[in-house]
Amino acid sequence: MNLLGTDREMQILGAGALAVLLIASTIGFFLHLRVKSEEGRELIDNLNARIKAWWVMTIIFFLALATGVIGSVILFCLISFLALREYVTLTPTHRADHRALFWAFFIITPLQYVLIAFHRYGIAVIMIPVYAYLFIPIRNVIAGEYKDFLARNSKIQWGLMICVYFVSYAPALLLLDVPGRAGQNGKLLYFLVCVTQLSDVLQYVFGKCFGRHKIAPNISPNKTVEGFIGGILGGVLIGTGLWWITPFS
Amino acid sequence: MIAALLAAFVRLFTGVQARWIGCTPGAMQRVYFANHTSNFDFLVLWSVLPDQLRKRTRPVAASDYWRAGRLRQFLAESVFRGVLIERKKVTRANNPMDQLVPVLQGGDSLIIFPEGGRTSEPEMRPFKSGLYYLGKAVPQVDLVPVYINNANRVLPKGELLPLPLLCSVIFGEPLRLEKSESKDAFLTRARAAVEALIDL
Repeated sequence: MNLLGTDREMQILGAGALAVLLIASTIGFFLHLRVKSEEGRELIDNLNARIKAWWVMTIIFFLALATGVIGSVILFCLISFLALREYVTLTPTHRADHRALFWAFFIITPLQYVLIAFHRYGIAVIMIPVYAYLFIPIRNVIAGEYKDFLARNSKIQWGLMICVYFVSYAPALLLLDVPGRAGQNGKLLYFLVCVTQLSDVLQYVFGKCFGRHKIAPNISPNKTVEGFIGGILGGVLIGTGLWWITPFS
Repeated sequence: MIAALLAAFVRLFTGVQARWIGCTPGAMQRVYFANHTSNFDFLVLWSVLPDQLRKRTRPVAASDYWRAGRLRQFLAESVFRGVLIERKKVTRANNPMDQLVPVLQGGDSLIIFPEGGRTSEPEMRPFKSGLYYLGKAVPQVDLVPVYINNANRVLPKGELLPLPLLCSVIFGEPLRLEKSESKDAFLTRARAAVEALIDL
């Protein structure tokens, strides 16, 4: 089922995204022509690389919507998989966790999205926080290593929670049965992704334009208080401005 | 064909990044020597070499391991074009140098793991002497130290199924055997060259 369809509102949203990207690319192009200093050039190159990434993200997102529920489920399943890969790479796991991790990557992650794709909402909401949470420690007991047992389990359990369970709620929006809005759930997903992404973009823009006070320099040296507040307020404004595509009044 | 597909798959699976710090991926003949913690080591190193280089780079592997079983033998001989050497009972008749030196003289490059086997400990083992004899037999070939990061977590020794974790491969500055350098001094220097790449 195509989620873009002939819905007039969806067409407006698509045109809106295209317009914002075109404006961003145009600004990026002129900044690139004008910038002279070495430091400025680096900043503008970084900005243009981000704009390119926004184009790619938007195109992939619309392609997923165009292929319907199944495209979106596959897209978010891949995102979960890549996120979990990043998470486990950075998390110090033990040699004995190997097989539990294999289950996390190749059984639990795809299973969660299969449940979503087949509209099994009841089991999808508890599969990870109940069954996977019990399964991981059991698998680790069988692996036979008692050192740091609880900490090791928690790392895997929370990896699944953050990278798979929470992310899987995005395509699950497409399954919602909203009275009088059949076939319009693509706009809910659009709302979620658009507000989140623009909040991040605005955080960057506000940080670069007005940023003075660093918010957590040891963790991310370029984040500022100004960007943080600008991102939140901007996100709230955009979300409010898009109220008409949601079922909320 | 199979080799190129397999290399592409390994790059996708492990998101492996190659960092050429001490040299460039140019088409010269070399001996790459690296730390060894996993059967995946060779795969990630081999997969980040540019196609043209990979075609002319052959891994040196233990014949007792790679001749056990049909699949292993097929992979080692037809896909990786490995040079399978004896590591258990080396005699005058099966001296590995008699196999390796002709390969280098034929213009191909080699990948070797001078620790002599996979280690489970974080420390590298002392190097075996093969690298020294190669340096002596073909002094015109660059010996490139390589550090492979995280492959031991992708596929630890004793496991069959790999995890998709991010790896990196760091290439250091090439070494050559100095005139009148002793075997022990050279092997210690070579091992230190790999170790020096760990924190980069």
